[in-house]
Amino acid sequence: MSVTYETHTHDVLVIGAGGAGLRAAIEVSAQGLSVGLVCKSLLGKAHTVMAEGGAAAALGNVDPQDGWQTHFKDTMKGGKFMNNWRMAELHAKQAPDRINELQQWGAVFDRTKDGKISQRAFGGHTYKRLAHVGDRTGLEMIRTLQDKGVHSGIDVYMECTVSQLLKDGDGRVNGAFGYWRESGRFVVFNAKAVILATGGTGKAWKITSNSWEYTGDGQTLAYDAGADLLDMEFIQFHPTGMVWPPGVRGILVTEGVRGEGGILRNKDGKRFMFDYLPPETKHTFAETEEECERWVKATLANEQTDARRPPELSTRDNVAKAIYYEVQAGRGSPHGGVFLDISYQDADRIKRKLPSMYHQFKELADVDITKQPMEVGPTMHYTMGGIRVNPETQMTAVPGLFAAGECAAGLHGANRLGGNSLSDLVVFGRLAGLGAVEFAKSVEGTPKADEAQVKAAAQELLAPFERTGEGPYEVHRDLQEVMQHKVGIMRTEEDLQKALVELDAIEQRVAKVSVEGSIQFNPGWHLAQDLKNMIVVSKAVAKCALERRESRGGHTRVDFPNYDEKLANVNALIRKGEDGSMQYRTEATPEMPPELKKLFEEEKK
Amino acid sequence: MAQSATHQTSTSNGQAKTATFRVFRGDAQGGQVQDYQVPVESGMVVLDAMHYIQGFQSPDLAVRWNCKAAKCGSCSAEVNGKPSLMCKTRLDHLDLSQPIMVQPLKTFPLIRDLVTDVSWNYEVNKTIQPFTPPDENAKDWRYFQNDVDRPQEFRKCIECFLCQDVCHVLRNHNQKDQFYGPRWMIRLASLEMHPMDRADRIPFIKEKAGIGLCNITKCCTEVCPEEIRITDNAIIPLKERVVDRYYDPMMWFLRKLGFIR
Ligand SMILES: Cc1cc2nc3c(=O)[nH]c(=O)nc-3n(C[C@H](O)[C@H](O)[C@H](O)COP(=O)(O)OP(=O)(O)OC[C@H]3O[C@@H](n4cnc5c(N)ncnc54)[C@H](O)[C@@H]3O)c2cc1C
Ligand code: SF4
Ligand code: SF4
Ligand code: FES
Repeated sequence: MSVTYETHTHDVLVIGAGGAGLRAAIEVSAQGLSVGLVCKSLLGKAHTVMAEGGAAAALGNVDPQDGWQTHFKDTMKGGKFMNNWRMAELHAKQAPDRINELQQWGAVFDRTKDGKISQRAFGGHTYKRLAHVGDRTGLEMIRTLQDKGVHSGIDVYMECTVSQLLKDGDGRVNGAFGYWRESGRFVVFNAKAVILATGGTGKAWKITSNSWEYTGDGQTLAYDAGADLLDMEFIQFHPTGMVWPPGVRGILVTEGVRGEGGILRNKDGKRFMFDYLPPETKHTFAETEEECERWVKATLANEQTDARRPPELSTRDNVAKAIYYEVQAGRGSPHGGVFLDISYQDADRIKRKLPSMYHQFKELADVDITKQPMEVGPTMHYTMGGIRVNPETQMTAVPGLFAAGECAAGLHGANRLGGNSLSDLVVFGRLAGLGAVEFAKSVEGTPKADEAQVKAAAQELLAPFERTGEGPYEVHRDLQEVMQHKVGIMRTEEDLQKALVELDAIEQRVAKVSVEGSIQFNPGWHLAQDLKNMIVVSKAVAKCALERRESRGGHTRVDFPNYDEKLANVNALIRKGEDGSMQYRTEATPEMPPELKKLFEEEKK
Repeated sequence: MAQSATHQTSTSNGQAKTATFRVFRGDAQGGQVQDYQVPVESGMVVLDAMHYIQGFQSPDLAVRWNCKAAKCGSCSAEVNGKPSLMCKTRLDHLDLSQPIMVQPLKTFPLIRDLVTDVSWNYEVNKTIQPFTPPDENAKDWRYFQNDVDRPQEFRKCIECFLCQDVCHVLRNHNQKDQFYGPRWMIRLASLEMHPMDRADRIPFIKEKAGIGLCNITKCCTEVCPEEIRITDNAIIPLKERVVDRYYDPMMWFLRKLGFIR
């Protein structure tokens, strides 16, 4: 078979055009190198567009006591100290500059009374820290980056899927192979460095807030190229997804609702979150409904208060588990969730602060959130685990390959705080850009793709057309069932063992999937490709979840409900072995330097 | 989201309720509508039905979508002739005794099935002078909420291009070379009304963007899923600025100095 394809050559190739990819590409361009930016959807439609609540940065505009140290501590505590401390430090220190920079590029954040960027409360953040625009912060960010990007000389390849990374004889990444979704034609990108910014992997689960794009592509591309995947067991189940009607099940209800004072109640009207606060953080939350009320009042008036925040603002892992237990105990709402109520507040303010939630419920569920409570329940939302990177440069274990945003790991540890992702994208997107520029400058000559690799990649892509058998949608449904029920929010040894066996069987089926129709814009064919990635990531999650015999953050083992001190300082790593099998190993978490450790000791005094 | 409804609901007499979807199938070379029977569940939207067809009947049906929550503007199509977001169009609000027509946007060239080539919009955007602040390195900008209420309204745009689809200047007269269309009028307005922006785009809005071709039929405002009041809040004020500039320079001057808005 002779393969025809088009070729594009850049110094740096960025795969993924969400916040992380765009910010990286802007940086590469600003440093004077040529950059190509590839994405599976149209430009501006990446997940970042859906982010609602806000971006965390210790600007101190509303709570002047805030500073990077508190943000750092909150992030480490939220992540149960599984985070890479250096990433958490860089993030906390640099996020304010990145938010200011967005403003200087045209982002219009909501304002405080004295004209500064407004900030709202979110789970796990000690202070009001989330820069926001109503409940469409992600849209504001991606549009700002997109508009900045199109005037920065970036070449954008949209609706183009990368299916394989290419390497040179020395094991360095030197490009990528992919196809245009529209025509099915092949394309080869030559590059001196490649940045992965492909986002998460939620489509492996049945109930998820994620779109069709989240199929673990970056993680799989990196894994196949020889990089490490870190702590894959840490999956975030967001506590509040819609539970009804069935067609919208899983769609996100922003944590902004709780940030604005939304109250969680069970079917008996009980405000149950008071009962689920972990002992170590209990003292930082309000003790009574009356104290909550004072906090809400001050928040609405944009004033300081000595009242502590409501228990609904505990971290996501706690809230999601609390809801799960309430439903299990038979105290759930009619459609298997619990109630989230903001209707006690002024209707106009709700519509102004949470406009898209208002419309989402009104139009999709016939619920007026200014008059009635919402019904909510957990939904698969975010992958804390992902590609291991060097915290300073964002380079992976493979020379020339970088990663940033949700597909990379390290910042969030065992549980991500809401709002820390949007700031993650701009902080580490920029650092990945700088890292890739530095690397690309050290590469001599022009990169050139190896014909044999290209040919193999093309053959693999077209194979489903030559097979007859099961279609990709059936296999995908079965994969989602396994992950939802056996590698979900509550896990057991038995389920995980079974899941691994079933995933092996599904992997066999994925290898035989057949598709019909032409190669022109064919979603069935696209899914057949995506399935190959979802199965890799699913196996990695199940394997790590089986090995971590304790409960920590987003990972809950019913059979090992407590922290295990032996695992407190252990990261999980997945790598592809020489024989193609999935290898698991552990490594001690990097030790925090004394000056950062001191921050936690001071607190205890 | 899960791939739509997968189980049939039963009506009281045990019969599964279904609806007929008459979906356009084809490409630039031509095509025809094809009927699909889809089981209906309460709360379903048109996009769920398209996913059902993909999952159980025609895996190669081409559809764009991302968020399934009216936030990304990917799933635009014409449902029963009306430009709509498929993820926001509830079946409960349609007459299911009749087949439901689902067709691609008409104003843009067809790629396949429900997917059209909207790249023209991205080309247009590149020609608009971007945000131009007084000093890119200044820290701690101050401006107030009521200074930005209006630009924020425009910045809610999710680039679904439904307004572009319905604007008769583009749809019936195909004057894409002379008129930027409502989406880009609100982009221009969001920049022009930004308190920190220092560029002057008025000559551009008149000449290149062709604001004169809009005759304020408001069709664009009617279809905007973000409820942006495109005509009243963006196009008419921009028209006034053009008039001020070309026919009343004093008004333009006062506006620039911030005495009037
Ligand atoms: C509904 C929702 C609400 C959220 N709200 C918040 C919030 O309020 N605050 C917060 O901090 N976080 C929030 N998050 C999380 C946050 O939005 C995401 O984690 C973040 O946007 C991920 O950004 P990214 O740049 O890593 O990836 P994305 O924005 O998802 O971009 C991924 C890009 O990679 C491309 N891509 C993927 N695979 C390939 C491939 N094989 N070839 C080519 N391109 C590919 C995609 O097309 C896309 O352009 C929310 C998430 C969701 C889903
Ligand atoms: S009001 Fe103007 S822009 Fe809107 S549809 Fe009519 S002609 Fe087009
Ligand atoms: S202005 Fe409204 S209709 Fe037009 S593209 Fe934006 S959101 Fe869509
Ligand atoms: S899928 Fe995003 S708007 Fe419909």
